[in-house]
Amino acid sequence: MRPRANPLAALGAAAIAVCRATGRITLFAIEGISHLARPPFYGRLLLRALLDIGYYSLPVVALTAVFTGMVLALQSAIGLSRFNAESAIANLVVLSLTRELGPVLAGLMVAGRVGAAMAAELGTMRVTDQIDALSTLSTNPMKYLVTPRLAAAVIALPLLVVIADILGVLGGFVIASVKLGFNPHVYLANTLNFVQAGDVVSGLVKAAVFGFLVALMGCYQGYNSKGGAEGVGAATTNAVVSASVLILAFDYVLTELFFAR
Amino acid sequence: MSAEAKIRIRGLCKAFGNKVVLDGIDLDVAPGTSMVVIGGSGTGKSVLLKCVLGLLEPDAGSIEIDGRDVLALDRREAEAVRARIGMLFQNGALFDSLPVWENVAFGLLARKHVSRREARARAEEVLAQVGLGAEVASLWPAELSGGMQKRVGLARAIAAQPDILFFDEPTTGLDPIMGAVIDGLIVDCVKRLGSTAVAITHDMASARRIGDRAAMLFQGHLVWEGPAAGLLESGNAVVDQFTHGRREGPIQMELRR
Repeated sequence: MRPRANPLAALGAAAIAVCRATGRITLFAIEGISHLARPPFYGRLLLRALLDIGYYSLPVVALTAVFTGMVLALQSAIGLSRFNAESAIANLVVLSLTRELGPVLAGLMVAGRVGAAMAAELGTMRVTDQIDALSTLSTNPMKYLVTPRLAAAVIALPLLVVIADILGVLGGFVIASVKLGFNPHVYLANTLNFVQAGDVVSGLVKAAVFGFLVALMGCYQGYNSKGGAEGVGAATTNAVVSASVLILAFDYVLTELFFAR
Repeated sequence: MSAEAKIRIRGLCKAFGNKVVLDGIDLDVAPGTSMVVIGGSGTGKSVLLKCVLGLLEPDAGSIEIDGRDVLALDRREAEAVRARIGMLFQNGALFDSLPVWENVAFGLLARKHVSRREARARAEEVLAQVGLGAEVASLWPAELSGGMQKRVGLARAIAAQPDILFFDEPTTGLDPIMGAVIDGLIVDCVKRLGSTAVAITHDMASARRIGDRAAMLFQGHLVWEGPAAGLLESGNAVVDQFTHGRREGPIQMELRR
């Protein structure tokens, strides 16, 4: 006969498991970062990772930003018209995009595209002994596989977000001027007058943090995957889910840090 | 023999949770000889190699290479000792993202001994030693057959001319003729380099072709050691059952219905 489950014990076990995982991920991150300062440096791998994370993510991030800007303009027109405040559409669009939606949506898109790919690639390397092979060839696998990806993601995400901010504002501009009948010059002037450097910079800092989280979870899950194809599949799912949840959680923390008074 | 052993293992223990895989392994491998460790699937042969390579940390025991206990060395010194070991993995473990020549020359490039042009020339030279033409150098691992992948893996293992070579199931997944070809290449490479070799396998033909000496791993212990040529007439009940593939004997396979 199976013993009856003790909910308190289950809660305790879950809490311990979360603490253990947090500790492991933190140590993994520290080791990955520590190799940034120690030679050898793999510039070629950094460039390749920059291309993978930045350049090849551009279409999906750009499309997301454009449509988000368009939807924001439409929705805010409907909402603000109830208060006769349509003139604030430009302000709302640019503020929402630069502070929140640009970095968050770019982070989520990159988590789905790049985080999953990192976990699958490193997971396959793990289960086919390629990571062990690196160790036998005088190469530290963390330095070779993880550090360039972490650095590239921290560099690439803010660049993607700059482009997403611009395209998102353009999407809103098109809807406002073509569909809602706004004067294009006034809309652009409102946008440029209202947005402040702090709005953009806070979004870029968020983007760098989200990039780090995406690469960290992709690398961590892939690097520690086991059990063949099923394990690689699980690592890929875990990488996307954990990175997405962490992006939203850190978004709140960073917003508190930057804007709470 | 132990005083001059190239590799000397004493009391090596390794467990995963409650499962004890290695339980006090003692093994000496003399310089310039080939030792073959045989045993059934899941008996810890790969774990033994991974402990020597530093890929797994043993629970107890010592591993000496040229008289230096690698477990007692600091990380950098242990890496320097292990840099002299070449390894052929069971499935080749070639890097998918690199062409064949970069796979072969990876260790040379990692140690910054050579330029990329020199590394490519050296890779083509080593590929020729394992019977592969220069045209293979530009291919990707996914474009190679299983036998070619093993050859490239062997070329990668010997490219830096290591003192010690490890072979993990070198003939697994190959047809008997290709298996014999790979074994022949392994023997040639070991002799040419004058290396000390340790191979693990459950292919008896391969064990007798590669090994000077052989040892049998069973239930975490080395239960027999002797000349590889005498594997079929060892007089040990465990070894006899294993080498002749008998169902009845001291080795009981765990079967679930």
